Amino acid sequence: MKRIAHALDAASEPIVEAVIRLCGWSAIGLVVAILAFVVAQGLPAFANGLDLREFLTSVNWRPDSPVKPQFGMLALLTGSLAVMLLAMAIAVPIGIAASIYISEYCAPSTRELLKIVIELLAAIPSVVWGFIGYAVLGPIIMRVTDAAIGINLLNGAIILALMSVPIIVSVGEDALRAVPDSYREAALALGASRWQVAWAVLLPGARNGLLAAVLLGVGRAIGETMAVLMATGHAVQIPHSLLDPVRTLTATIAAELGETVAGGTHYRVLFVLGSVLMLMSLAVNLTAEWIVHGIRGRDAA
Amino acid sequence: MRTCQQLALAISGAVAVAVAACADDGGGRQRAPTAVAPAIRITGSDTMVNLVQAFAESYRMVRPEVSIQVAGGGSGVGIAGLIEGILEIAAAGRAMTAGERDVARDRHGTAPREFVVALDALAVYVHPSNPLRQFYVDELAEIYGEGGTIVRWSQLGIANPRCPSDKIVRLGRQNSSGTYAYFREAVLGPGRDYKLGSIDQNGSRDVVTLLSRTPCAVGYSGMAFAFEGVRAVAIAASRQSAAVPPIAATARDGSYVLARPLYFYTPAEPAGPTRAFIEWVRSAAGQEIVTRLGFVGVAPAMPADGR
Amino acid sequence: MTARVSFVAGAVERRKQAIDRLARAFGFAAATLLIAPLVAVIGYLLVQAWPALTWSLVVENPARFMTAGGLWAPLVGTIDVVVFSLAIAAPVGVLAGIYLNEYARDGWLKRLVQLAVMNLAGIPSIVHGLFGVGAFVLAAGFGRSVLAASCTLAIMTLPVIITSTTEALASVPMAFREACWNVGASRWQTVRTMVLPNAMGGILTGIILQVSRAAGETAPILFTGAVFYVAIPDRGLAAFFPYGIRDPFMALSYHLFVISSQVTGVSDSLQYATAVLLVLLVLSVNAVSIAVRYRLRSRARW
Repeated sequence: MKRIAHALDAASEPIVEAVIRLCGWSAIGLVVAILAFVVAQGLPAFANGLDLREFLTSVNWRPDSPVKPQFGMLALLTGSLAVMLLAMAIAVPIGIAASIYISEYCAPSTRELLKIVIELLAAIPSVVWGFIGYAVLGPIIMRVTDAAIGINLLNGAIILALMSVPIIVSVGEDALRAVPDSYREAALALGASRWQVAWAVLLPGARNGLLAAVLLGVGRAIGETMAVLMATGHAVQIPHSLLDPVRTLTATIAAELGETVAGGTHYRVLFVLGSVLMLMSLAVNLTAEWIVHGIRGRDAA
Repeated sequence: MRTCQQLALAISGAVAVAVAACADDGGGRQRAPTAVAPAIRITGSDTMVNLVQAFAESYRMVRPEVSIQVAGGGSGVGIAGLIEGILEIAAAGRAMTAGERDVARDRHGTAPREFVVALDALAVYVHPSNPLRQFYVDELAEIYGEGGTIVRWSQLGIANPRCPSDKIVRLGRQNSSGTYAYFREAVLGPGRDYKLGSIDQNGSRDVVTLLSRTPCAVGYSGMAFAFEGVRAVAIAASRQSAAVPPIAATARDGSYVLARPLYFYTPAEPAGPTRAFIEWVRSAAGQEIVTRLGFVGVAPAMPADGR
Repeated sequence: MTARVSFVAGAVERRKQAIDRLARAFGFAAATLLIAPLVAVIGYLLVQAWPALTWSLVVENPARFMTAGGLWAPLVGTIDVVVFSLAIAAPVGVLAGIYLNEYARDGWLKRLVQLAVMNLAGIPSIVHGLFGVGAFVLAAGFGRSVLAASCTLAIMTLPVIITSTTEALASVPMAFREACWNVGASRWQTVRTMVLPNAMGGILTGIILQVSRAAGETAPILFTGAVFYVAIPDRGLAAFFPYGIRDPFMALSYHLFVISSQVTGVSDSLQYATAVLLVLLVLSVNAVSIAVRYRLRSRARW
């Protein structure tokens, strides 16, 4: 019996190893497949009536116009960038400050509590955030700021900030913890206060990890769909104030993909928008990866 | 190892769930109605989606063995699905264009069949605090249309008390919506596009809900979506005609300028369960649901013999 | 005579401590800014949903044109599609993680795989939906179905499962493996009998967290299978498995989206109750993952 078992083991080993290697390479295959597929579905649009210049510079997004379909994505791109930038302007200071507080200042019990709070915040689904933006934050914004309408750039940015902060805090806190204790001890021995330790020693030392945390938050903000679909007002225009409604690339795809006939120009242009999104998040991720990988080569601590 | 055993148990549990779900494909047919092998897939107009869902729910009492699947997304989604051949009925709040009919005929070999299942008066709503009582169609066109010059409430000669900025906030629908397309054709006129920057809402109810919170806003939606938070405004077709409110009577006799039929389209002549369902919808039983949901009924034209 | 020396804080020291206190207060405020919205949001959802939060909400199907009744059909749809997607993603992800940590030699291929995993994790969810529509719904011919949606969700959850598996495997001390090699075990035997069982806590945590994420996502299932309404049976075994693998389905996340934007006459409390149910589902899955992590961490033998 044992001999059969051993023989089986020996025989199956190469098969198992092959399966494992295949699974490992599947990640590469999938990324390539998705990128190639989305780009390939979108490219024929340029042959079919999508003018590159209009696409990049025009705000007119009228894909189903009976007069003449227009596919200008400038307003959509501006919307995506505006929401992301404003959300980061809110989330990054709060996130970094909170991660410093959690890592350096607070008592262990408070730290556990805050970590649970972060996990809970991260777990709330995006459609619930969108619902909150639409039903709760909108009326509040209207009451506080006298805005003409409550679902707008500000609303979307606040919701996105709440969604991005958990990533920034948890990755940032990991980065701060990765700085060796000897650094802290050396600074404390010189008489530094905890803030001075954080400011002069930890932030520079964890700079790359914190940058990566921020970039991950940026990636999340660019890619978010349902929350911005419901909370930004979904209006095709370049915002002139924080209280103007905007529309993002992601929301446009989500709202319009269903009505397109497969293979038609509108369908393909939506895939072009998807390619733009993919390239933006790929760029952000590669930058974050390069920053983090950079320190692994440089730091010998 | 205990954890190995736990893992094995978990995996076999998951596999069992998966197998049971697949197995239900066959076993379900002998039992009570399941969602397996839907007989009728209906997709399309968001204006009609509640109506169609009400049809589906009530028809289940009449013919429990027929399973109906309802999806929204806008009339454009339904018509696209009809062309693709992935549904039995497309619900549409606008007529299919000649181009769409041609594509459908090429795809399926025969022209799509059109059935009117209800009438709708497309209402223009304002916030209850807004003193405006009526719109002229050309005013609406100047508010919503490209190049339109009306951007403030004061230009319409009224003072909107709860709107300090005096800005007209335009609420509308996204471009897959039949309501969007119908409003463009009926109000803006052929050849004129919407002005950019309107709040393009996802569903018909979204428009009125948002409107009830936004005193500066104006919006269009089906008459069935009226509620206490908004007020429907009477529309005058031209400067010479009287303003007509969007109610059942004016929709039926055509005096309301934005009255529109609501359609079911099928890729070809309907047969079997689909035909019986459409006949039921157009019969008194179905039309009772139409009026209950706030739309206007149509006179039944097909004899109810599908049972 | 020795003069008595007492330390009195000079100006520099006082300023340093003042800044420290200020920074601490600022950090505390930032942390509070995290807690306050969470408590406010969950509290407001619960308060608004309270009238509708009954047991029948969970076990009954939507009724009266979806303005009343329960959430059974969307709930079961979400569970079905999430279980399917994890059944695909978990084995592949765990094996890929084993590859990265146990088999791959340090070199360009390993870097490439790690890069691919990281980029796969960064792809926006709507792009996953685009790929799902083009590849599974159309090209593979699955149509809008549980199958297409599960495949799409599986690709979305794969990278994080891989990452948490590699981290869990990396945390197992090298000494364990060396001990196995010393008695002549092959690599797979080592992994199977020693490394994997000890890393199981971290692996399971990662998988369970992805369960909650898949349950909450809407964009990937928007065009790959979720529908507005489909009638499912109220009773019997069929009520638990109403959706065949080629059928479209109702899902809790999509349901929240449609009843807040399209259905007339839905009471506010029912909308909030749907949001509460979705959040509760997600949070309870997360709680399971935390419990698993805690229990297996306390049993760790290193």
